[in-house]
Amino acid sequence: MKKTLALILSLAMAASLLSGCVSSREENTFTSDTSGNGTGDTSGEVQQTSGGEVNVYNWGEYIDESVLEDFEEATGIKVNYQMYDSNETMYGKIAPGGTDYDVVIPSDYMIARMIEEDMLEPLNFDNIPNFADIDPELKNPEYDPENLYSVPYMWGLMGVIYNTTMVDEEDLGSWDLLWNEKYADDIVMIDNSRDAIGIALKRLGHSYNTTDTAQITEAVDTLIAQKPILQGYVMDEVFGKMEGGNAAIGTYYYGDYLTMLENNPDLGFYIPEEGTNIYVDAMCILKGAPNKENAEAFINYMCSTEAGLKNCEEIWYSTPLMSVREELDPEVSSDPYAYPDEAIMAQCESYAGLPQNILDLYDSEWTRLKSASVD
Amino acid sequence: MRNKWIAAPYVGWMAVFVVAPLIVVLVYALTREAPDGSWYLTAENFAGMAGYAAVFARSFLLAGIATVVCILLGYPMAYFLSRERGRLRSMATMLIMLPMWMNFLLRTYSWVFLLERNGFFNTLLSSIGLPKLDIINTSGAVVLGMVYNFLPFMVLPIFSVITKIDNRVIEAAQDLGAGSFQVFRRVIFPLSLPGVLSGVTMVFIPSVSTFVISRLLGGGKSLLLGDLIEMQFLGAAYNPHLGSAISLVMMVIVLVCMGIMNRFGEGEGEAVLL
Amino acid sequence: MKKNGILSRLFLALVFLFLYAPILVLIVFSFNDSKSNAVWGGFTLDWYVQLLNNRTVLEALQTTLLVSVLATAIATVAGTAAAIGFSSMKRRPRNACLTVNSIPMTNADIITGVSMMLLFVFAGQALADFSGWLNTTAWAESANLWFDFGFDMGFLTLLIAHVTFDIPYVIVAVLPKLRQLDPNLAEAALDLGATRWTAFRKVVLPELMPGIVNGLLIAFTMSIDDFVISYFTAGSQVSTLSMYVYAQVRRRVSPEINALSTLMFVAVLLLLVVINLRQARQEQRRKRQALRT
Repeated sequence: MKKTLALILSLAMAASLLSGCVSSREENTFTSDTSGNGTGDTSGEVQQTSGGEVNVYNWGEYIDESVLEDFEEATGIKVNYQMYDSNETMYGKIAPGGTDYDVVIPSDYMIARMIEEDMLEPLNFDNIPNFADIDPELKNPEYDPENLYSVPYMWGLMGVIYNTTMVDEEDLGSWDLLWNEKYADDIVMIDNSRDAIGIALKRLGHSYNTTDTAQITEAVDTLIAQKPILQGYVMDEVFGKMEGGNAAIGTYYYGDYLTMLENNPDLGFYIPEEGTNIYVDAMCILKGAPNKENAEAFINYMCSTEAGLKNCEEIWYSTPLMSVREELDPEVSSDPYAYPDEAIMAQCESYAGLPQNILDLYDSEWTRLKSASVD
Repeated sequence: MRNKWIAAPYVGWMAVFVVAPLIVVLVYALTREAPDGSWYLTAENFAGMAGYAAVFARSFLLAGIATVVCILLGYPMAYFLSRERGRLRSMATMLIMLPMWMNFLLRTYSWVFLLERNGFFNTLLSSIGLPKLDIINTSGAVVLGMVYNFLPFMVLPIFSVITKIDNRVIEAAQDLGAGSFQVFRRVIFPLSLPGVLSGVTMVFIPSVSTFVISRLLGGGKSLLLGDLIEMQFLGAAYNPHLGSAISLVMMVIVLVCMGIMNRFGEGEGEAVLL
Repeated sequence: MKKNGILSRLFLALVFLFLYAPILVLIVFSFNDSKSNAVWGGFTLDWYVQLLNNRTVLEALQTTLLVSVLATAIATVAGTAAAIGFSSMKRRPRNACLTVNSIPMTNADIITGVSMMLLFVFAGQALADFSGWLNTTAWAESANLWFDFGFDMGFLTLLIAHVTFDIPYVIVAVLPKLRQLDPNLAEAALDLGATRWTAFRKVVLPELMPGIVNGLLIAFTMSIDDFVISYFTAGSQVSTLSMYVYAQVRRRVSPEINALSTLMFVAVLLLLVVINLRQARQEQRRKRQALRT
């Protein structure tokens, strides 16, 4: 008795599940060309009507969240918003497949990698008229030479953040500060392979984008030598560390330094003499995104003066939108680190995409660094 | 009630959602991706495993310490709770479980705030004229985080086993002239061992595979197995094939440990949490 | 057994302090009038007001509660059934089943999460390919049907994952009760003319109840506290509270989250107190009745 009952029940459940997947032919055949083939995204019908959804995957605390509501009100499109904490985390979540994010906001070098690996969808710029407002300097960047895939969201410089009450002035000026044993246990190092190895490379006078394996290994060796004097490796934890005076020296992005300064006026920032990284985080649409047009509408909205200004005043990164820059408080828009002049720009180098064998080397070297013993 | 067919749906469910995923992990562990995107069979994921011996050793050591501390704190706690009468005893289970309803990440985060160099404890210490302690970002802080998060898993099974001990057994021992220490050593302790064993399992495994705790409280300096695996899957050093291989090795070691332990315990080696 | 002395009471108090101190800190700082979690800036209720206006958090809370409640309900029913089934199996198949059953409990969360994610990705792809193939067949064309079995990860996969790691805890909690169960009881009921269902409901189920309730409690706790498995299986459209916190926790947890945790904690605490008072009252009534008779 029970056996048959269980069988009938499970059959009924299966049938009800299936019924959602079967429909008449006419409604569907025309969408079959647009929905991706074999990428596992066939469940998403193409949204022809206004409304619908858009799935956004952005860095944590990298937006004024009221902008999302403004967008929903303006367009009737619902935003599903999720956050990640590093380019690499985002990549790890998307690479295996099975997710259907529409918009992601990776940094330059990661965009180059994702273009290379065919993970991004070319944008239809007819749907993104606000692209015209983007600073021409940031158009057609190295990571996306023909500007087919990306629209800049924010950009900025990396540098050294220090606590003026804990660090002597004569020690400043170079990346060497992060290796200075005088400040043992007071230094926090950035916790992602590209930035950390990049800093070590710069300190040794190499390029960020070197493909010389010996240089990279050498850089990682210096990082291993640095490990004993570190208090820890941090990403966003750096806020708590620097604001609370729990660490004296860290390295992070200038926009975030401005945020920290609001909470701890003792902090200082400088760009090391060896040079530093200039980065751009740009909005992209993933291959096979189920809501492409909504995604383009979202990107366009984020490039509006209103949204750009709100975001900029919330997170203090440098905006790529010229109209926003005009609207900003002159004190901010003339800040030499936020909108650097050519002299500073000459010190900066951006991350380029790296070939696969170097990416693999970064991964294995990063594992070597992190698993090295300190005690 | 005898009806083994009633388990059939779940057996099917286990086959699909427990066994099949493990097979996927096995497949990943035994393959690598070639530059052209095709996969090939290889053992190279396991070949480099010796290089991670230090990480394995460190994880098992820290998780082991955390487990021992959990026993030292958890056993007396469970025992004393079981001796309580009235309200406290009837609420004990809930009181121990309640912290788990606050988000795990938040609870760990709140330790960061407590232990930070200028955090709560150090402010307290310096306000009474004592020197500051550097606890944060040490292995000690990681162990503390493990003990804090997983202590309930040690207390609950022990508490549940002790409360189930038949009072008449204890009375019999007392009638036969055993003192209270002897009653504990000869009767209660042996009878509560299954609880300890399942507590050990429930504490050791999450400890050895944690990455959030070592990240937040250890400052990412002393890498644990969980971190190593997380790096391979969450992208810091993206390589799901290597990650799967490390996971498999860890699983095998853990299963062997648990198998040996349960042999020592008794035949029916299943966890009793409550 | 002897009652606790002052020393053991002190020990208990200290361990409970250890367990609750961080939570107290969270609660105190939900009233802090400063965005920083390190400096006290005066008392405020602002974060509670902001919480009610923060749609992302509220949606995450809704997802978390929904998935935990549903997964617990399904797991409790399925786990109880499975436990009964297991206990009526022969020794060999039972041990095999129990071993597999213990895998989700003994496996590291991250392995469970990742392996299920890989499975879902694989299944979604395979089903999409399959329905693509079906659509090209003459049969589907003549029947005017369009198949679309492919799926992406979302609430359903999240729920499946939660059910999968919840069921083993229910089984483990129910099994010991089944072992203590006197088989004669159910048979007696059957002899007295009860149907199998009535016998189960009136005789067996009450005996199992404490185990089932324990299992339910653990399952719910596990679900609501889970981060790693949800992170990998939730897909892009739903977020649980843990996922939201994870994205924030490393920077500086917004005090809104503290406020939310405080509310949840107080809710659970109240529930606990109510249950306890009711139990105490029932006990008293029982005692009084016992005295009267």
